[in-house]
Amino acid sequence: MCGTCGCSDQEGGVTIRRPGDPDHIHHHQHSDGGHDHGSHSHGHGSHSHGHGSHSHNHGSHSHGHDHHHDEGQPAGHTHHDAGREIRVEQDILSRNNLLAERNRGYLEAKNITGLNFVSSPGAGKTTLLELTIRTLKADLDFYVIEGDQQSMNDADRIDATGVPVIQINTGSGCHLDASMVNRGLRQLDPASGSILLIENVGNLVCPALFDLGEHRTIVIISVTEGDDKPVKYPTIFRNADICIVNKIDLLPYVSFDVAKTREYAQRINPHLQFFETSATTGEGMEEWYEWLKAERTNSRS
Amino acid sequence: MHELSIAIDIVDIATREAAKENATKINKVDIEVGTLSGVVIEALETAMTEAIRDTMLEGSHISIHEIPAMARCKVCRHEFKIDDWLALCPECGSPENEVIQGRELRLKTLEVT
Repeated sequence: MCGTCGCSDQEGGVTIRRPGDPDHIHHHQHSDGGHDHGSHSHGHGSHSHGHGSHSHNHGSHSHGHDHHHDEGQPAGHTHHDAGREIRVEQDILSRNNLLAERNRGYLEAKNITGLNFVSSPGAGKTTLLELTIRTLKADLDFYVIEGDQQSMNDADRIDATGVPVIQINTGSGCHLDASMVNRGLRQLDPASGSILLIENVGNLVCPALFDLGEHRTIVIISVTEGDDKPVKYPTIFRNADICIVNKIDLLPYVSFDVAKTREYAQRINPHLQFFETSATTGEGMEEWYEWLKAERTNSRS
Repeated sequence: MHELSIAIDIVDIATREAAKENATKINKVDIEVGTLSGVVIEALETAMTEAIRDTMLEGSHISIHEIPAMARCKVCRHEFKIDDWLALCPECGSPENEVIQGRELRLKTLEVT
């Protein structure tokens, strides 16, 4: 089912393409298509039939327990009984988590380091990846999965750096999930010993819940945002390993307090490691490169 | 709106579990959502009304229980209710605590026929 509107499209409006692939338009009209979600109404919220109390009123056809339902069934057969209880006790995210573990296993078997970059839109994820790739591609082998609702723009930018990239367009979806990354990995086919950079959909809320199978989650916050972002979006900061404060070249022009951000973020997640960078001027990038190289070396051992 | 993805997963799990028990209809679904789970209950309720259409859950009663978040202080071991990740221990004031409850996102029980 489509995660956007709940229609029966199996791919959920998600498309995966390489730069240069012919356009693959997903014909999936959410407003004026064959299924109109807007006008549709059936009041599930107010709907109630008391199963616990055995009143058992199935809408228009109501039948008591003593009705004679003799259609050749054995005597004593209770047709609609009061309802059995099934104890499921299952984590709702278990399917995504299971698939994420499969992705992680695939990456580990091929000795690939998987990094998931999350931020709000416009924090500079793509620019940071572009500069990182251009600077380090002689030493490290990069593969990139780009996640956006629409467009090939980011994949085209990464393609220009000369490393393999695929674009996942989530349609109206607000995050990448393990299943999309699984499909993306099959198409991308990253080489053993490489680094997989996954740029999630720009969003600080939804990606926090969906493990992709990465080894590290990197949250990027730019100084043009509020310095209280960690307090406002704690889940993503709680789950991240690294926090990159980007666009520090703009600090003289904005009221962003880096120390305050660090303090907020470390109260939510004491293990968070910080980098302060400008992907435009290159300031602070050296420390980030050193971390990335060390991360790659460590996973080799 | 990740709640719709969550709702679809709930429908998938419920349908699969009900089919295992040879049920033909799901009448009631019990779900637990922790206050620190990252899921907004109102949004999940709305998403569920869409996700259950044309499934075994159509017309079922969706019961969502909110689980309050609790933390245990790492310094004095005091257990207390929290509203966010920034809570301080009401006994000793320490910010160091571990969340022991409130991240739940769990399909508890189904009532089927």
